[in-house]
Amino acid sequence: MFNTSFTWNDMLFLLDGTKVTILLTLVSMLIGTVIGVACGLFRALLPRASIPLAWLLDVFRSVPLLIQFVLFNALKSIAGLNWSAFSVACVVLGLYVTAYCTEIVRSGVLSVPMSLRRASRSLGLTYWQDIRRIVMPMAARVAFPGWVNLLLSVMKDTALVMWIGIVELLRASQTIVTRIQEPLLVLCIAGAIYYVMSLVVARLGARLEARWQEND
Amino acid sequence: MFDYNFHWRAAFKALPDMLDGALVTFETAALSMILGVLIALCLTFMRMGKQPILRGFAAAWISIARNTPSLFQVYILYFGLGSFGLHISSWAALLAGITINNAGYLAENFRGGLKAVPDTQLRAARSLGMSAPKAYRLIVIPQLLRIVFYPLTNQMVWAVLMTSMGVVVGLNNDLTGVTQDWNVKTFRTFEFFAIAAVLYYLIAKAIVGLARLLSWRLFRY
Repeated sequence: MFNTSFTWNDMLFLLDGTKVTILLTLVSMLIGTVIGVACGLFRALLPRASIPLAWLLDVFRSVPLLIQFVLFNALKSIAGLNWSAFSVACVVLGLYVTAYCTEIVRSGVLSVPMSLRRASRSLGLTYWQDIRRIVMPMAARVAFPGWVNLLLSVMKDTALVMWIGIVELLRASQTIVTRIQEPLLVLCIAGAIYYVMSLVVARLGARLEARWQEND
Repeated sequence: MFDYNFHWRAAFKALPDMLDGALVTFETAALSMILGVLIALCLTFMRMGKQPILRGFAAAWISIARNTPSLFQVYILYFGLGSFGLHISSWAALLAGITINNAGYLAENFRGGLKAVPDTQLRAARSLGMSAPKAYRLIVIPQLLRIVFYPLTNQMVWAVLMTSMGVVVGLNNDLTGVTQDWNVKTFRTFEFFAIAAVLYYLIAKAIVGLARLLSWRLFRY
C-alpha cells in the first residue's frame, strides 16, 4: 500500500515549480509595492484629486484574478505584443498588488496624527522632509502587518497563473498527478510546500514587527 | 497595432446565458458564506474551549485554510478525495473548497470580534439568569456579528471572486464556466471575458451596496 512511484526527480520538478511561484511573488510584490506606495501617498495626501485613481484600482479588486489573467493575455495578443506568459502574469499580479497596497499605504499614512505633522512643519521641516522623515517611518509601522498579509495572499494567488500556461507549484503537481495517478500524495506535498512557505513568511514578518515595536 | 476586429455582437448574444451563470455564481457564494459563518462560529468556540482535541482540530483547520491557496483546497477535494473512492461533482468540490476557506478566514475575524465584545456583557446576561448557550445566542453573537459585519461583507465579495476557480476543475455553469464554454466555441476570448469581468464587478458592487443598506437598516440605534 505504501509503495509509490513518486521519485526524487518529481520532487525536483515540484521544487522548480516552487521557484517559479516565489519568483512571481517577488516580482509582483516589487512592482506592486513601488507603484502602490506612490499611489497610496497620492490617495492620502490629495484625497479629492485621486478619486478617479481609487475607482480604477477598485476594479482590480472586484474582478476575479483568473479573469484578469485571461483578459490581459487576450489583450496582449490583440495588441500584438510578444510577451511571455510570465511577464503577463507579473504585470497582472503587479497591478493586483498595487490595488491592495495603495489601500494599505493610504490607511498607514492617514494613521499618522495631523498634529504630529504640524509639529514637524513648525520645527522647520519642509513638506517633503516631513513626508520622508516623519510620515513615512510611522506609516510603515502601521502598514507593515497589512503588507505581510498581502504578501501571503499573493503567494497563494499565484496558483491561478496556471490558467495562462505557466508551470508553477500547483501546475507542476498537476503534471505529476497526470503521470503517476496518485493525486492525494502529490497534492499533499504541494500543499505542504505552500504551508511551509506561508509559515516562514508569517514568522519572519512577526519577528520584524516585534523588533520595530521595540525601537519605538 | 490593432489589426483585430472586435465582435461584440456575438458576445452580447451570450449575455442571457452569462446572466444565468452569474446567478449560479452568486448562489454558490451565498451558500458557501452561510455555511462558512456557521462553521466559523463552531470553530471559534471550539478554539476557546478546553477540549484539546477540538482545539487542535479548529487550529489545524484555520491554519490550513489560511496558509494554502484556495485553488489547492478545491483541487484536493476534487482530485484527492478520489483516492478514497469518493467522487464528488466539480460544483460540490468548489462549494466545499470555498466554504473551508471562508470558515478559516472568518474564524480568525470572529476571534478578533469576540475580544471586542466586553466580558461584562456575558456576565450581566448570566447574572440575569440566562443559561450559557442562551446568553451566547442572544447577547454575544448578535454583538459579534455587528462588529464583524464589514469583514463579513468583504469575505462575501471574496467568495464571489473565488467561485471563478470552479472552471479549473471543470465546472461549466457558473459565470466563468459559461464564459469559458462560449470562448471555446467562438474564440472571442477578450469580448467574452470583458463582459464576465463587468458582471463580476457589478455583482461585487451590488454586494457592497446591499451590505451598506443593510447595515444602515440594522445598526441604526
